[in-house]
Amino acid sequence: MVDASTSAHGDLTLKNLTKSFGDFVAVDDLDLVIPEGSFFALLGPSGCGKTTTLRMVAGLEEPSSGSIFIGNTEITYEKPYKRPVNTVFQNYALFPHLSIYENVAFGLRRRGVKDVDAQVQKALELVELTHLATRKPNQLSGGQQQRIALARAIVNRPALLLLDEPLGALDLKLRRAMQIELKWIQTEVGITFVHVTHDQEEAMTMADTIAVMNEGKIEQMGSPADLYDNPRTAFVANFLGQSNLIKGSIIERAGEAGVVDVFGTKLALPAARNHAHDSSVLVGIRPEKIRIAPAGSAMNGNILEGGVISDASYIGVSTQYQVEMPWGQELMVFEQNDDGTPPLAKGDPVIMSWESIFTFGLAGDQDATAGSEANPDSE
Amino acid sequence: MSTALLHATAHEKKPLITKKKLLPYWLLAPGIIWLVIFFLVPIYQLISTSTQTQGFGIGTYVQTYRFSNFIDAITSSKAQLIRSFEYAFLATVFALIISYPLAYAVAFKSGRWKNTLLVLIVAPFFCSFLLRTVAWEQILGEQGLVIKFLRFVHIIGAQGHLTATPFAVVAGLTYNFLPFMTLPLYASLERIDIRMMEASGDLYANALTTFRKVTIPLSMPGVVAGTLLTFIPAAGDYINAELLGNPGTKMIGNVIEARYLEIVDYPGAAALSLILMVTILILVMAYVKRAGTEELV
Amino acid sequence: MNRATRWFSRNLIRIYAFVGFTYLFIPIIYTIAFSFNASTKSNLVWVGFTWNNWLNPCGAPDVCNALGNSLKIGVLATFFATILGTLMAFAMGRYAFKGRSIVNILIFLPMATPEIVMGASLLTMFISFGFNPGFWTIVIAHVMFCISFVVVTVKARIASLDPRLEQAAMDLYADERETFRRVTLPLVAPGIAAAALLAFSLSFDDFIITNFNSGDVNTFPKFVYISAQRGLPPQANVIGSSMFLIALIIVLVGQFVGRKRAGVR
Repeated sequence: MVDASTSAHGDLTLKNLTKSFGDFVAVDDLDLVIPEGSFFALLGPSGCGKTTTLRMVAGLEEPSSGSIFIGNTEITYEKPYKRPVNTVFQNYALFPHLSIYENVAFGLRRRGVKDVDAQVQKALELVELTHLATRKPNQLSGGQQQRIALARAIVNRPALLLLDEPLGALDLKLRRAMQIELKWIQTEVGITFVHVTHDQEEAMTMADTIAVMNEGKIEQMGSPADLYDNPRTAFVANFLGQSNLIKGSIIERAGEAGVVDVFGTKLALPAARNHAHDSSVLVGIRPEKIRIAPAGSAMNGNILEGGVISDASYIGVSTQYQVEMPWGQELMVFEQNDDGTPPLAKGDPVIMSWESIFTFGLAGDQDATAGSEANPDSE
Repeated sequence: MSTALLHATAHEKKPLITKKKLLPYWLLAPGIIWLVIFFLVPIYQLISTSTQTQGFGIGTYVQTYRFSNFIDAITSSKAQLIRSFEYAFLATVFALIISYPLAYAVAFKSGRWKNTLLVLIVAPFFCSFLLRTVAWEQILGEQGLVIKFLRFVHIIGAQGHLTATPFAVVAGLTYNFLPFMTLPLYASLERIDIRMMEASGDLYANALTTFRKVTIPLSMPGVVAGTLLTFIPAAGDYINAELLGNPGTKMIGNVIEARYLEIVDYPGAAALSLILMVTILILVMAYVKRAGTEELV
Repeated sequence: MNRATRWFSRNLIRIYAFVGFTYLFIPIIYTIAFSFNASTKSNLVWVGFTWNNWLNPCGAPDVCNALGNSLKIGVLATFFATILGTLMAFAMGRYAFKGRSIVNILIFLPMATPEIVMGASLLTMFISFGFNPGFWTIVIAHVMFCISFVVVTVKARIASLDPRLEQAAMDLYADERETFRRVTLPLVAPGIAAAALLAFSLSFDDFIITNFNSGDVNTFPKFVYISAQRGLPPQANVIGSSMFLIALIIVLVGQFVGRKRAGVR
């Protein structure tokens, strides 16, 4: 029921979208299709071009080249107020001189909608803040402002709702609650949500599809589970959660499962999860997938021996170990504290294993630490 | 959706920002025209007048490019010129000394009284500048209580005065331009994040060191603006010298005023005005450069 | 350290501020006090209390004429200077354009030029173009020296504006004109009001430039200056005091309204 000047609807398509500021290429030849009705997250560290992409879609930034479509309608150079797109701004950008009611009614009034009152009420009901209609924005808490910003955008029933780090200013607890609420509202209204964030947990909680962006390009796109379990680049492996990446070389590529040699140990690597172009490979395994036991214990699956615990921190639900391997690398292991055995201590020799289906392989010519410094959890 | 369609339409529309290029000039035009006609042109005429000489009859002048007008002006009014800058400098220093703690107190120690105190700083502006100066003249003058008290306790002899002294002129200048100093100081102090001062304390700086190494550098833009706004009008002022001084405290403003309105020596007055203006501009430029402030306004 | 010195050192800055404010207000209190003086000629010595001066503020010859001129000039100068200065402030605060630094210097120069130089040079120009100084030359001069202050004040407000608010308005279907009318202007308005107030007080209070360009038109500061030689009538104190009180009330009410509108309870 969009009755904005452009009533386009459909998938959002970015075609060869590029934006450069002087010599700096913020968004680099981006091709992307975001299906109508989906909750899509653009995830990446600051400066990766995600916000610039969003601003180009909103019409607040003009692309250097390329084009933007909603359905079959091109909006590349359309003015922001002629696009069926609304934005929830970072820090909300609520109009300080207008009441909450007038803030929400702003878009409706500009478009000359008839039943402003009913629609504003409905939007305020959706975010459960009808009782604050007469207040001014600075009388509201951060969480309330956030919801008003959302109501102010949603009330226009845009084809596309853009959220720019919408929860960045909220504290952890509120952020969690809002994540669930946002997801619920998205399902309720059925509008396409494009969500920009640097917070991988936020992206994974809410989005159907995540595109991980780095240096103006999309590194990988897929469902949260897909990205986490089967990353294709070291950047994704490190930015989304944490990974152990060990240098190795592929010695067998037989059908379903290949075999990789890492420092003399042979590990199984499923072919579907191997993204190396040649024999040089980074073998990846997530820390929580690894089982750890005193050296000499019986184990199956992929096994690594010869490690010595160099650091152990007990954090309640799990114990996090740093294990120094004979080749000098430190591997991370998260062990659930669920089997009653006392945690291992620093200096203990250990044996580690994991189900070989969890192993993934990445091209060996990339920096194994890419993305880890950008990951807020990696410390 | 076909890719052919995408390519067909992608480059048809031109970017839209360009057509607004003239707008800033339209916005600026009326103000600039006003400033050019009523500020720059007069200054140009001032420059031209400064090298003219007396023609036939009072008030008529002919252009003779007589640059020695400047030398004449300087030699005849050297004392007043130097005195003006001395007084203006002293007044600026005193105003800074008085204003800084005042602005600091309002910015950091006033709690919920902040806005009220701020209004009180501006408030003297609203009572005519001349009335206030006349008030000082009367408070400190021969009929006032202050001088009677000071004579009574023998701080000042029976022949001593407070008014008609260099002290009174500098005090008047200090007083009159005080809000011009306090406001920019307050504005820049208020912007300082109080956590920076706490961080400094946390890093083993005592209160004095914190003030010296953190507060003062961060408030420098306010100090620069405040000292300029005080020094410039103080150097050109003649009201304070007129009302609170004596013939020995005349400033350059008094000389220019007299040459224009009483003696009707336009070239001499113009030459003096130019000397005053250029000296101030040079001082300001050197000062601003040293203080490292980029945008002037 | 005993308790008294400790209290003193802790409250030093407050004591200092108190002394500072007292200094600022002594002549104003004096002016207000002597507006109630029952003196007939020169208002130098306290004679006795009376309401008469307040009941009859135009009692002294020419004082109300001078005040009327000052008010008229103040309003006109404020009106033009605020419009011209605000337009310039928008150009300076919002657009990148060629010649910006020259414009910056042009705006700065009048503030860096002593009033006497501006007043004198303007008079020279008026005379050489055969203009007789009078009411309108005062207005022209006042607009000239107020513009820069308006630009600086409004520009500061524009600079502090969050650009995302205007982007949000555009995002919510307001075109450029509507965005300006509904968002930009209301948010810059307090800055424009402050600039107008500043311009009015600069104009109302100006003596030096006015004295050069007024011919025989009297203004309130001019009246004070001239009569100060012979002794100021108490009516001048009445007018000064009431201007002071009126301005104070306007500012305080403005602040109160501003705070209420901003929603701080």
